[in-house]
Amino acid sequence: MARRKSPAKSGAGATRAGARLPVAKTYKLYIDGKFPRSESGRYYALARGDGGVIANVCRASRKDFRDAVVAARNAQAGWSRASAYLRGQILYRAAEMLEGRAAQFAAELMLQGSAKRQAEAEVTAAVDRLVYYAGWADKYQQVFSTVNPVATSHFNFSVLEPTGVVAIIAPEKSGLLGLVSNVAPAVAGGNTCVALASRSLPLSAVSFAEVLHASDFPAGVINVLTGFREELVEPFASHMDVNAIVCADLDARGARRVQELAADNIKRVVLRGGTNWSSAAAQGPYAIGDTQETKTTWHPIGA
Amino acid sequence: MAIPEPKLRFDTDWTYAPAPESADHARIDPQYGLFIGGEFVAPRARGYFETINPASEKALARVARADARDVDRAVVAARRAYERAWSKLRPAERGKYLYRIARMLQERAREFAVIESLDGGKPIRESRDVDVPLAAAHFFYYAGWADKLEYAFPGRRAAPLGVAGQIIPWNFPLLMAAWKIAPALACGNTVVLKPAETTPLTALKLAELMRDADLPPGVVNVVTGAGDTGAALVEHGGVDKIAFTGSTEIGRLIMRRLAGTGRHYTLELGGKAANIVFADAAIDQAVEGIVNGIFFNQGHVCCAGSRLLVQESVAAEVIAKLKERMETLIVGDPLDKNTDIGAINSAAQLEKIRSYLKIGQAEGGEMYQSSCPLPGAGYWCRPTLFTGVAQSNRVVQEEIFGPVLAIQTFRSFEEALDKANNTPYGLSGGVWTDKGAKIFRMTRAIRAGVVWANTFNKFDPSSPFGGYKESGVGREGGLHGLAAYLELR
Repeated sequence: MARRKSPAKSGAGATRAGARLPVAKTYKLYIDGKFPRSESGRYYALARGDGGVIANVCRASRKDFRDAVVAARNAQAGWSRASAYLRGQILYRAAEMLEGRAAQFAAELMLQGSAKRQAEAEVTAAVDRLVYYAGWADKYQQVFSTVNPVATSHFNFSVLEPTGVVAIIAPEKSGLLGLVSNVAPAVAGGNTCVALASRSLPLSAVSFAEVLHASDFPAGVINVLTGFREELVEPFASHMDVNAIVCADLDARGARRVQELAADNIKRVVLRGGTNWSSAAAQGPYAIGDTQETKTTWHPIGA
Repeated sequence: MAIPEPKLRFDTDWTYAPAPESADHARIDPQYGLFIGGEFVAPRARGYFETINPASEKALARVARADARDVDRAVVAARRAYERAWSKLRPAERGKYLYRIARMLQERAREFAVIESLDGGKPIRESRDVDVPLAAAHFFYYAGWADKLEYAFPGRRAAPLGVAGQIIPWNFPLLMAAWKIAPALACGNTVVLKPAETTPLTALKLAELMRDADLPPGVVNVVTGAGDTGAALVEHGGVDKIAFTGSTEIGRLIMRRLAGTGRHYTLELGGKAANIVFADAAIDQAVEGIVNGIFFNQGHVCCAGSRLLVQESVAAEVIAKLKERMETLIVGDPLDKNTDIGAINSAAQLEKIRSYLKIGQAEGGEMYQSSCPLPGAGYWCRPTLFTGVAQSNRVVQEEIFGPVLAIQTFRSFEEALDKANNTPYGLSGGVWTDKGAKIFRMTRAIRAGVVWANTFNKFDPSSPFGGYKESGVGREGGLHGLAAYLELR
């Protein structure tokens, strides 16, 4: 039988008399500010290189996804009305929490196969990316909004508003930074989201949910699922109460299927592929704009 | 509050002498080919169809029906023009072509207005004062962007997409052509435009104008036909971007067709806008806004204020005044300068509107129509309103695209907002109140791309237009409208 290893204390079984057995973490979903197991009771074993089991990870079902969308929808109005300053502070708070747990995250990434230097770089890049988008939360509006010089006697202006509930298929090969790089711009812009973590690198996503939980994000603003992309991508793309879908690294067939299903309710489809998530080019206010709507308001000028 | 007695006696002193705009000055050829590569050419196989005047049911001209091979010819011409001419031109020169087109459109404004009203049925007052001047303004506005694109997208370099396939509807035929062509050309793309089957003439006249303006051949091509012509354009692999304005149903089909192709698209789709009147609104102004919101262009407007939400305490007063105002509206000859409501665009659309009138009554709504006389020949619909309708009624949820207003009441701000947002659409909305804070609370909360406060149905080339939810993807107009025709690198 495969032995279970604690990610926190890699390689530490209680083999010697008198040694302490480390406490292994149960990796669960994050829905509506709580950490439930999958309602389906399903799991998948995350294997180590030597065949041992790192963790039994929840294999989220369609029902888990639907529950998460309900949570995200319920959180939408409040989060989109929260001041940009507050959204920025909460994102910054998430950066603080992640920085404080950098060692834990690096250990988890190493357990999933990263080299030490690479793991540490990914964690610091994720912290910096959160800080980056925290800073944008109260600035992208000024960059992208306009006052429009219409010919009639009206005050006319266009501002950005969040698209609403965003479903995110996170990058498969960047378990922490890839997730952060897609979730942060969506929520910085006032959206709420449901994100599916990398199947092969799920641990940091679940631990990142714990960071979010400690960062004053209201329940439901960010929901994190673990599971199989191939069985969840269709419900993600077809759900009628999801306004936008952001997908990283879909193959051609998957991209086509997502776009076909997204047509059911004219979802906004954002396909991000071939991105080096650690590069500076992987961030920017245009990533926020991908899940924004432009609203134009007219008002007469006169008595 | 006491309901005011009608002030005007419509049965005695309310007749206008006819004041028709002369159509003599407008030249319509008996037959139009496809405009491909800078000249009018015959369709390969499928011949011609008649475009009729919906106010008389008489044919105006014969227009070519393009098949897939004709569309291919047009796309090839557009690609060649993109590679050899348009992308090589200095941006400032591109802009100068657009300025020239804007000026020529202004010069020929009367002719375009007359033909627009003849072919589509809209009142000359609107084609003369709204459609044609705004079309010219769009070209003039985007002309200036052509050599300034680097200022529109900070931190990025903007590049054209290539060949844009553009499919436009019959409600604002010339204006929609301008909305689509002007930004596409300003950004350096070339165009294949597919006008609506029932209103091809002003697009063909615009093609003539572009030829007269010496626009390089193939930069703008016009392929006429019905839905299958549009489908051929969508399916053509040589088209880099599809811009579509029309129904949500067709928008969905287009999205599915383009899935997996990597080709760009923007969609301007249907709407079912709520026009919300609070008790503290200036009621007479609001009534004018309601009338403009739903009866402008026979209600053939995707952003029409087709749902009136009126606060319960003033509902009786607003509805009484609205009915009185409706009684003054003149339905008739689109070319008559006194006409308020012209002809319904086509027999098929009139049939659709009539089916909704039946549905609305069958669902339990109470229908009211003004008593105006209607002409004999042609397609006509009196201004109509429904009261006593529920949120789930089809006349409340579905886009009718005709002069039919569904009226609901509300008590609280929250109830108005819930009802306003409770459709799959999100194109536009209206708010009427004298309280500034209430205006902004509501305009922020309405999930729609364009919101008019104490006004309605205003348009401007500098003002972005487009929908939330199932009303579409992307924006047209203004700086934001440039993004539809550029790739950011």
